[in-house]
Amino acid sequence: MTTTAPRTETPERTAPQQLRVVGTPQRKVDAVAKVTGQTRFADDLALPRMLHAKLLRSTVAHARIVSIDTSRAEELEGVKAVLTGRDLPIPFGILPVSQDEHALAPDVARFIGDPVAAVAAVSEEIATAALDLIEVRYEELPVIESAEHAVATPDPRIHDYGDAGNMHKLIDLEFGDVEAGFTEADHVREDFFFYEGNTHLPMEQHAALAEWSPDGKLTLWSATQTPHYVHRALAKVLELPASRVRVIACPNGGGFGGKSDPFNHEIVVAKLAMMTGRPVKVALTREEVFYCHRGRHPTLMWVKTGVSDDGDIKGMHFRTLLDGGAYGSYGVASTYYTGALQTVTYHVERYKFQGARAFTNRAPCGPKRGHGTPQPRYALEVHIDKLAEDLGMDPARLRLNHLVPPDSVTANHLRIGTMGLGDCIRSVVEGSQWRDKYRQLPPGKGVGLACSSYISGAGLPIYWNHMPHSGVQLKLDRSGGVTVFCGSTDIGQGSDSILAYIVAEVLGVGVGDIMVVTADTDLTPVDLGSYSSRVTLMSGNAALQAAERARDIVARQAAKKLDVPVMRLAFAENRVFDTEDPEQGMSFAEAVQLAEAAEGTVGTVGSYVPPRSPGRYRGAGVGPSPAYSYTAAVAEVEVDESSGIVTVPRVWVAHDVGRCINPVTVMGQVEGGVYMGLGEALMEEMAYRANRGLVHKIPSMLDYKSPTTLDMCDVVTYLIEDPDPHGPFGAKEVGQGPLLPVAPAVANAVYDAVGVRIDEVPITPEKVLKALKRKAKGEDPRYGPAGFPSIEWPEATRVPPPWEGGDGSAADGTERTMLRGGSRGPVPEERQH
Amino acid sequence: MASRRNSQHQKVQITLVVNGDPVEVAVSPHATLLEVLREELGLTGTKHGCELGECGTCTVVLDGTPVLSCLVLGIACDGKSVDTVEGMAEGPALHPLQETFADLGAAQCGYCTPGFLLTAKSLLEENPSPTREQIKEALAGNLCRCTGYLKIYEAVELAAARMRGEKAEPTEESIYGRR
Repeated sequence: MTTTAPRTETPERTAPQQLRVVGTPQRKVDAVAKVTGQTRFADDLALPRMLHAKLLRSTVAHARIVSIDTSRAEELEGVKAVLTGRDLPIPFGILPVSQDEHALAPDVARFIGDPVAAVAAVSEEIATAALDLIEVRYEELPVIESAEHAVATPDPRIHDYGDAGNMHKLIDLEFGDVEAGFTEADHVREDFFFYEGNTHLPMEQHAALAEWSPDGKLTLWSATQTPHYVHRALAKVLELPASRVRVIACPNGGGFGGKSDPFNHEIVVAKLAMMTGRPVKVALTREEVFYCHRGRHPTLMWVKTGVSDDGDIKGMHFRTLLDGGAYGSYGVASTYYTGALQTVTYHVERYKFQGARAFTNRAPCGPKRGHGTPQPRYALEVHIDKLAEDLGMDPARLRLNHLVPPDSVTANHLRIGTMGLGDCIRSVVEGSQWRDKYRQLPPGKGVGLACSSYISGAGLPIYWNHMPHSGVQLKLDRSGGVTVFCGSTDIGQGSDSILAYIVAEVLGVGVGDIMVVTADTDLTPVDLGSYSSRVTLMSGNAALQAAERARDIVARQAAKKLDVPVMRLAFAENRVFDTEDPEQGMSFAEAVQLAEAAEGTVGTVGSYVPPRSPGRYRGAGVGPSPAYSYTAAVAEVEVDESSGIVTVPRVWVAHDVGRCINPVTVMGQVEGGVYMGLGEALMEEMAYRANRGLVHKIPSMLDYKSPTTLDMCDVVTYLIEDPDPHGPFGAKEVGQGPLLPVAPAVANAVYDAVGVRIDEVPITPEKVLKALKRKAKGEDPRYGPAGFPSIEWPEATRVPPPWEGGDGSAADGTERTMLRGGSRGPVPEERQH
Repeated sequence: MASRRNSQHQKVQITLVVNGDPVEVAVSPHATLLEVLREELGLTGTKHGCELGECGTCTVVLDGTPVLSCLVLGIACDGKSVDTVEGMAEGPALHPLQETFADLGAAQCGYCTPGFLLTAKSLLEENPSPTREQIKEALAGNLCRCTGYLKIYEAVELAAARMRGEKAEPTEESIYGRR
């Protein structure tokens, strides 16, 4: 396909039109395939002569690998290849500053489940049998069981890099003098919170299929949310030119962030395919998915806030300690995220954030829906609820009185555009009859309110460069059909459909006339991946630009033929016509034929780069976004004081989405987010048995509790639409934000119901009972952590807030610097998210 | 970690009626119905989520009853009829449940969808007018991580109404939220 070069002059635009597709309910482009079982997920693929791979995983939490004897496995009939860490010595990792993983551990196993060897055989059964024949001798090392343990135990180090001992990352950022804020405040309070780790639990287990061609080309099909980064990792570890590596992301059977890292098994099957010359597939078991993890970081938090009598936040000091597990993953970004978005909902005059991420011998944590922000959001929203009570204010009123204004810059130099949180709060307060219920329901019943915000894509890419975050190519031809090519990955959220809706809208054709080709590094321009709620905004803007350029070409030729100015033309109902005389026109296909005849093959490109953010200090790379979504929720709970069981009959949720491209998919994301938040609030946890060498206690869906139909609450949803100038047709994110307010809303409602504070998620019956017991004894009626360990923080980076004359730079003049990727050694400074 | 399994057993010939068509297939004695469908018959519409009977994803209809195909051995199904998602559509037309799942976004990632569709189909064959509580009860063994189940309930209710011959449409609130 040839593409038309971007035009430098601004072309004459066609007549403004009413929206016909955007904002109306549409089937997703893949809906029929999904309801007929025709969608091909990674494990549904098979190739002739395909081998099956299995990974041998460490049975100890921390150990030096003394020896691995694979000879007996190699002799088993049907085994075609056996791999160990020696065969894949080059490290990888999602972030350039944390290249700390190996496809197979070469020297040290760092958690139970860490892969140490792999087998390819003619059947899965033989591969599994071969694993039993591999003899690994481990020399056990002391095990770091938790973040607090890591703080107290600098030696032995789990990794030979990081900011100190077993501290992977230490952050200290100060925006104004918070101590002065506390002095100025009328009331100061501090609280401790803990948010337990939990996992994504996608219904589809990870799977991958690799094919090696003797002409030196590797193809990998995988259940991945980030084919672009898998592409990078494969090229690096296998030492292949990236141009000879093709990664195809299959439709994901659920992701939620759990398929966002390049994974061991993807590299292993690629290597095995190269060694054997045969296609090699791996399909992880559910147990293995728990070892892949990359889920929510268990996070201990301390927050101290000083407020005026009317609730104005004069100063806030927030500390987080994250249990990162055994590897870096997105952890540096996760750590920054635990401090980045506290300032974007309510005005914070001075803000200090100190964050630490520890390495421990647990399955690696990473990005789960809300990435690093559900934990501090839970803490902040419960803390605000307590502050409101201290001040004798309605917590809804306190929040409404201190909203961050639209089109403003926060203390930590995040630029806020549209801001619909006020409308969100008013919707759920009115809908839930908050004023008749708050502190007025009978004992055992309660309501709680919480709010949140999330990014619509990160302002900076993982590898800092000036290239587009998302690219789209369009092919138009004489059939009247249009094909959209984009690197974006549909993980069930409907990103393929968004491309089709936007192009159909601009070109005035039916959604069914659009073909969508996505997530194939050979065929589609780069999109960075389905993470950070970036896809609708970024690939949507790229598609919008490509479609407008295509419309310009077609309009130019149609206008000539009809002998009317371009600005009088409209594109609708598969026609191009004169708005002043709608009978005068032609079919869209005829118009494309005119363009093809006059200008040659018709194709366009579109791309998207986020706007520059005002923050220029070290660490300013996490938090900026083209647009922030806002959410408010009221949860109604019933607490059984004899059992401690909390049930949630209903949640009212309002989400500021800017504009719905398709209300049906927006509703689905809101309800799904509330569901996942409810699971985290009440039951989901990655539990470990410390006394069994950290064996993952419950690597199964039966024991990892997630909400069933009998646990799920009713949800009353309000969609708040105030189009944001940065979003395509005004759209902001919805994939992650609605999860955030659920846990704190439930915690606040439990307090309203029975007068105990559960400052630790999940809110299990055991914790509620313990708090009730304390209350009965006249003790502090709460359950939660009582302290925060002493950590040697680095010297603070001091950045004056905008209202103190700050220009986004640090006071000492240090600026953000370029990333240097690829080495495990010290690197200057991270700029990733 | 997975234990070694004996792969030396000879395959056994069985007859199934799959989506209405008689099929003869040679199966390993230890192969589950799930494995027989996916690996021997190429019917990959039936998904696996755990292989331990925990998630409901692999649900198929065996002699009219929804079962977890990961917990049933293929050889135990000799002579029985098996209905999978591939056989749900009525000729070229979708089943009403498939229509409403597609229209209401009850299938997001689509991975659990075949299991939900077949469980719901069985429910509606037994009870054409289930209450919301009966729907929840019937679907309680199927996990979905995307939807929060609400659009699934609405899709089942809408399909049920249409199958009863009513002219039912999705509610405004279901599509646009409360206004």
